[in-house]
Amino acid sequence: MTTSPDAPRLSRRTLLEGGALMVGFALGDALAPVGALAQGAARSAAAAAATRILDPKEVDAYLAINGDGTVTVWCGKVDLGQGLRVAIPQIAADELGIGLDRITYVEGDTALTPDQGRTAGSYGIARGGMQIRQAAATARKALVERAAHRLGVPADELVAADGAVRPRTGGAGLTFAELIGGARFDLKLDPKAPLKDPESYTLVGKPLPRPDVPAKCTGTLTYMHDHTVPGMLHARVIRPASVGAHLVSVDESSVADLPGVRVVRIQDFLAVVAADEWTAIKAAGALKAQWSAGSGLPAQAELPALLRASPGTTEQVLTTKSSTDAAPPPEDARSLTATYFWPMQSHASIGPSCAIADVSAAGATIWTASQGTHGNQATFARFLGLPKDKVRLIYLDGAGCYGMNSHEDAAADAAVLSRAVGAPVRVQWSRQDELGWDPKGPPQLIDIAGTIDAAGYIRDWRTDMWIPENTRGLPSIPLLAPEAAGLPQTPGLNSGMISQNGDPPYRTGRMQVVAHWLKTAPLRPAPLRSPGKPANCFAVESFLDELAAAAVLDPLQLRLSGLTDQRGKAVVEKIAEMMSWEQRPSPGPNSDQPVGRGRGLAYIHYKHDEAHVAIGMEVAVERASGAIRVERVFCAHDCGQIVNPDGVRAQVEGSIIQTLSRVLKEEVTFDRERVTSVDWSSYSLLTFSEVPKLDIALIDRPTEPPLGAGEAACAPVAAALANAVFDATGARLRTVPFTPERVKAALGGQASMPRT
Amino acid sequence: MPRYDIRINGAARTIETSDPDQPLLYALRGLGLTATKFGCGLGRCGACNVLVDGQAVQSCMAPVASLEGKSVTTLEGLGTPANPHPLQAAFIAAQVPQCGYCTSGVIISAAALLGEKPKPSEAEIRTALDGNLCRCGTHVRVVRAVLAASGQEG
Ligand code: FES
Ligand code: FES
Repeated sequence: MTTSPDAPRLSRRTLLEGGALMVGFALGDALAPVGALAQGAARSAAAAAATRILDPKEVDAYLAINGDGTVTVWCGKVDLGQGLRVAIPQIAADELGIGLDRITYVEGDTALTPDQGRTAGSYGIARGGMQIRQAAATARKALVERAAHRLGVPADELVAADGAVRPRTGGAGLTFAELIGGARFDLKLDPKAPLKDPESYTLVGKPLPRPDVPAKCTGTLTYMHDHTVPGMLHARVIRPASVGAHLVSVDESSVADLPGVRVVRIQDFLAVVAADEWTAIKAAGALKAQWSAGSGLPAQAELPALLRASPGTTEQVLTTKSSTDAAPPPEDARSLTATYFWPMQSHASIGPSCAIADVSAAGATIWTASQGTHGNQATFARFLGLPKDKVRLIYLDGAGCYGMNSHEDAAADAAVLSRAVGAPVRVQWSRQDELGWDPKGPPQLIDIAGTIDAAGYIRDWRTDMWIPENTRGLPSIPLLAPEAAGLPQTPGLNSGMISQNGDPPYRTGRMQVVAHWLKTAPLRPAPLRSPGKPANCFAVESFLDELAAAAVLDPLQLRLSGLTDQRGKAVVEKIAEMMSWEQRPSPGPNSDQPVGRGRGLAYIHYKHDEAHVAIGMEVAVERASGAIRVERVFCAHDCGQIVNPDGVRAQVEGSIIQTLSRVLKEEVTFDRERVTSVDWSSYSLLTFSEVPKLDIALIDRPTEPPLGAGEAACAPVAAALANAVFDATGARLRTVPFTPERVKAALGGQASMPRT
Repeated sequence: MPRYDIRINGAARTIETSDPDQPLLYALRGLGLTATKFGCGLGRCGACNVLVDGQAVQSCMAPVASLEGKSVTTLEGLGTPANPHPLQAAFIAAQVPQCGYCTSGVIISAAALLGEKPKPSEAEIRTALDGNLCRCGTHVRVVRAVLAASGQEG
């Protein structure tokens, strides 16, 4: 097809030419487009790349006072829709003492931004933001000292505000530009540089609008999928017919009648490249290839049993606490055991992954929506056979990825293909490949045994979890393209700490958590939002309710009586207040009705040192159909100092809705050859009609350090729901997802746990 | 090469393609109108929705040839950052998008609904949007924004 000459294509391209997305702020103007400053700034940024300081220990890596008094902030973490683009400038502007409208923000470009680690684990603000706060504090201290010297006034009589340093008592000062404009600080981040009193912050704590929202609502943001590079070709990769299959033969004549199609084969890596996208799509569909048999997958129904019986498992005691009480449990104590299972799940991004690479012998530029812009540099350098500093990765917005979807794989596809064809290549994945081949949230099997006495004291607790070894926080996720093409890999990404929060956050007697690390697991495991914690909290907080029911105690009071952490208590008390919690044991009084109604809650102290979150739910369960209707979700959330309350709220809403979808509907299905849940019918998501009302209470602690808010609220969702269903019906759900069939089975008294 | 005359965002355009089955989605994106997104190509997610004579249509399923003589509106055609459509303004005010990949299709579906029913109930809004998937979980804000855009503060 041809496009008309007036196509607005070129102007889009120039917005990003040479560098990462830039954001400028025009305060008070919610409609200011992203990239208002981008055209000129991007070009000067490309020129600046050669002179950038990238050492994350240096102040100059994070910020510069420009000659005109504006400030540029560079951040290695990227905005995935979670709002770092406003929150980090809020932090930097406040700490430095300048207006937000003077800040230009640059993110995620290995040639321009310091390596602050992968944007993951909810550390965007808690770590990335705090590095930038410290850089700003160090810079402010230096500016004040310079001003003291030049004004002949003691430093402690000066303040930095509105981009200038002035005597506290008033009078003439010096602007930041006059003090250092255009020059480097040449300072290391000073951990002792004093931070401002949180009381004095004027930007931190405000629900300022995210600068990319107007562009996202009007179609003017250039996503990864929209980006173009001159001379770029379009490719589709053809994945094996079965997991682990090898390419036997390719019949290139099958695409001979499609204009300009080139078939690229490198060992088991197979792709078609064309001048336009639609031709590439048609070629991928038409290309005939023969594949060997695959390496096989286990029978899905047997997966929990196979995890438990997996050979070569190594055991690790994660937590252990002996009891000081040697006496045998009293007669009224009740002992229980239960088994919980969480299936493999997909990241299920709404946009299949896309990337562009331009690779030559001299170096590589890769545009990607990956959360690991910097983290991918060594990985890509290795399989491309280039020095690390010759590989530049530039982040562009993609469809939300929540961990590691196929963004990295698409980028590797593009890189391998660009090198093969000697031109920039854009790779767009299909829906089927995205759901079929993205690395998966791993399966988790969890046993818990415990004893509670009549007073509600947990005398004994033991958690055993069976989880894939390659989720142990090791850098171990291989990328598909280099694997298929037989290229050496230094995998640079890991799948998150999935073993955390397997212990109860309450007072107990003897307690032990044991991980059984599995040598192998089907499909590639990867971090999926709140890695592992939704399953662990599901088991721990469901089991706590099972103990409460056995002891005929109110589950909320049981939690309060066992909590020693005051911030933990506060969120649970807040939930009690929000839900007008009536004290009684579960199940509730109408649990034998055709439609049972109930309430439940769950709590987590995320990773033991991050946010405190309690979630409560009200549900209706129809016995005849097994359908669960989640009517209302309540959340009390304490993530310390809140930088941007609306941003935090959006993240909490997203965490709850996405996890409800996972808990009610999602499970990767597979036959003995391949993944079979490859479209939105076989892998369905929560719909608008199914999304409940949300009541969220954010507890701000301005004088505490800010903690991650991007995923903690995912963790308690499943247990809160299972506990509410038990309250509504007396049936206990121990396997995710809570499909109507599983609910009916549980109501019929059958264990909802597959045979193990 | 076959040519098709289609009104796109108010302007008469001619699309030339050797393949009349080429979905509208690719023709639009080829014209630089990239607000309309590829989500599944299977008619199951709504990311590619556009208005065709006022109705929400999945552009990944609509062959270019079927659009001859019709009027297509994409998100770019609804409004601009400086002069947004009331729905776009409401989505901005409610800070709806997270990744925003679904947002274009969601706003288009909502525009089709408001075209038919200027003051829909909350349940009608939800039903009208059931063909639009959002993975980031912006649903509650979407509903609030559509209520606000229709003059019913959520
Ligand atoms: S891309 Fe058209 S409905 Fe999904
Ligand atoms: S905002 Fe990301 S999919 Fe809807």
